[in-house]
Amino acid sequence: MGAGLLEVQHLALRFGGITALAGVDLSIAEGETLAVIGPNGSGKTSLMNCITGLYRPTAGSIRLRGESLLGLSPDAVTARGVARTFQNLRLFQHMTVLDNLLLGRHLHFRRRLVDAFVRRRGEEIRHRERCEEIIEFLDLEPWRDQRVVGCAYGVQKRVELGRALCTEPKLLLLDEPVSGLTAEEKEEVSYWIHEARGRFGVTVLLVEHDLRVAARLASRMVVMDRGEKLTEGPPAEVQKHPGVVRAYLGDQ
Amino acid sequence: MDLVETYREELRFVRKPIPRALLLLLLLALLLLPWWGPRAWLSRGSLVWLFAIGVIGQNLLIGYAGLVSFGQAGFLAVGAYTFGHLRIAGVPFPLALAAAGGAAGLVGWLVGFPSLRLKGPYLAIATLGFGTATYQIFANVEKLSGGRQGLGIPALEPLFGLSRDVYVYLVYYLIFLLFTGAAYNLVSSYVGRSLVAVRDSDIAAEAMGVNLTRTKLLAFGISSFYTGVHGALMAQYLGHLEPQSFNIAESLNFFVAVIVGGLASVEGSVMGAAFTVLVPALFGDFRWAVPVLFGAAILGVLIFEPLGLSGIWLKARLYFRMWPFR
Repeated sequence: MGAGLLEVQHLALRFGGITALAGVDLSIAEGETLAVIGPNGSGKTSLMNCITGLYRPTAGSIRLRGESLLGLSPDAVTARGVARTFQNLRLFQHMTVLDNLLLGRHLHFRRRLVDAFVRRRGEEIRHRERCEEIIEFLDLEPWRDQRVVGCAYGVQKRVELGRALCTEPKLLLLDEPVSGLTAEEKEEVSYWIHEARGRFGVTVLLVEHDLRVAARLASRMVVMDRGEKLTEGPPAEVQKHPGVVRAYLGDQ
Repeated sequence: MDLVETYREELRFVRKPIPRALLLLLLLALLLLPWWGPRAWLSRGSLVWLFAIGVIGQNLLIGYAGLVSFGQAGFLAVGAYTFGHLRIAGVPFPLALAAAGGAAGLVGWLVGFPSLRLKGPYLAIATLGFGTATYQIFANVEKLSGGRQGLGIPALEPLFGLSRDVYVYLVYYLIFLLFTGAAYNLVSSYVGRSLVAVRDSDIAAEAMGVNLTRTKLLAFGISSFYTGVHGALMAQYLGHLEPQSFNIAESLNFFVAVIVGGLASVEGSVMGAAFTVLVPALFGDFRWAVPVLFGAAILGVLIFEPLGLSGIWLKARLYFRMWPFR
């Protein structure tokens, strides 16, 4: 395994008496796809929120290419190359699909207030080209100028993936990217996630309940239960682990 | 036939030739109003133009950034008194106007800090507190408000041999065009996009790299700059300032204009401003009925046309685009 892109060590998160994360260690190598699975409430999303700066962990360290992400605000974390999608879509409902994608480019804009006031739009056009690339990649052409509110759920999921890709992340965190989709849409999304790795060179951390999709996409799996890491390894091995079977199916 | 060939073309202010020609005609007709309209329209017109600037400012804050402020009268007072004192000290009109905007913008930026923590009704109350406090300060500190007789502001000296009311109308109209144009440019730029993003989902906006602190403070700063300019123009228009003009009712007037005109729409703000200025004028002797009408108008808008006057305008345009079909 090459140098770790993301190193999480002894990460703990407590809300009062509730322990969401109890000392989790995690490491993702560059170019890898890592799936984090586990029953509801096992701390998968908490882990993701800690990495992206939404939560302040109680203890532990998070390093991206050796640089600590602790204490940074979410936008600063994104500026360092971490993008994410949300479990329950958080799109900008009243903007068009294109504007949602352009907002993903916000970081890369040369932001000068004067340009905004006098309608100098060079930046806009430069970044539009990049957005069109993503639109083409995700087959979003028919919805480009439609408001997100009016789009179907599957399309909204895709827009969120596109918006995250627009930030040009090194590390892409996907929180249940195929939940609520039809079987066909699941296939498509899996394909796009796989393709994005090659085309945009992203490393993916995937939180997923659909074990088939997770096993197919990921080269390695981490199983979490009650805020702790149960086990990790290749998908086939992990799924036979007695602790995992117990966590998912209960005692026999 | 509507074919867009380049990305740049899509970003044009008015893309199609016929609407562009109509818009130019309208703007020209309004510019030449002193030469074809009745004299009484001039002062009403000036009032609409100056009011529109403040309403646009309020709409940038409420409609676009989703930050509710009940303290607009405070910014208005800061702008008006900065302008008044500078004018009395002999500072020329344009400089005093810029300073009034700047002072109000700075105060707005400071008032924006609570918005980093507070949302919705809580922010509304915090800004209401600011508005009330500002009113009290101006009402009680005689050095600021000019005491019992108020603050008299030197009149604008007309140039080019125009009569005063014509000159004031033209100056106000041009300032209005400048600020409205800038607002259109702003809301269609990356700034406008980040404002709407913060309104729709602040968590997602932050996760996509929008700095919440900077964006919210910027929204407050720009909005109160507009409001400060409104205050300055109002001070010049009235020629006389008393703290009574900056009480809570004034803040509510902005609200009426924004809601009736339409949230998150620049042309809606202008229409809302025209509504709140011109409708009371129609009533003449029945002034007492104006608040009733405003109340009814807000109810009507909320029930039948949540997008306000701008929504009606949008539907009208759609109708003519589709005509004769449908």
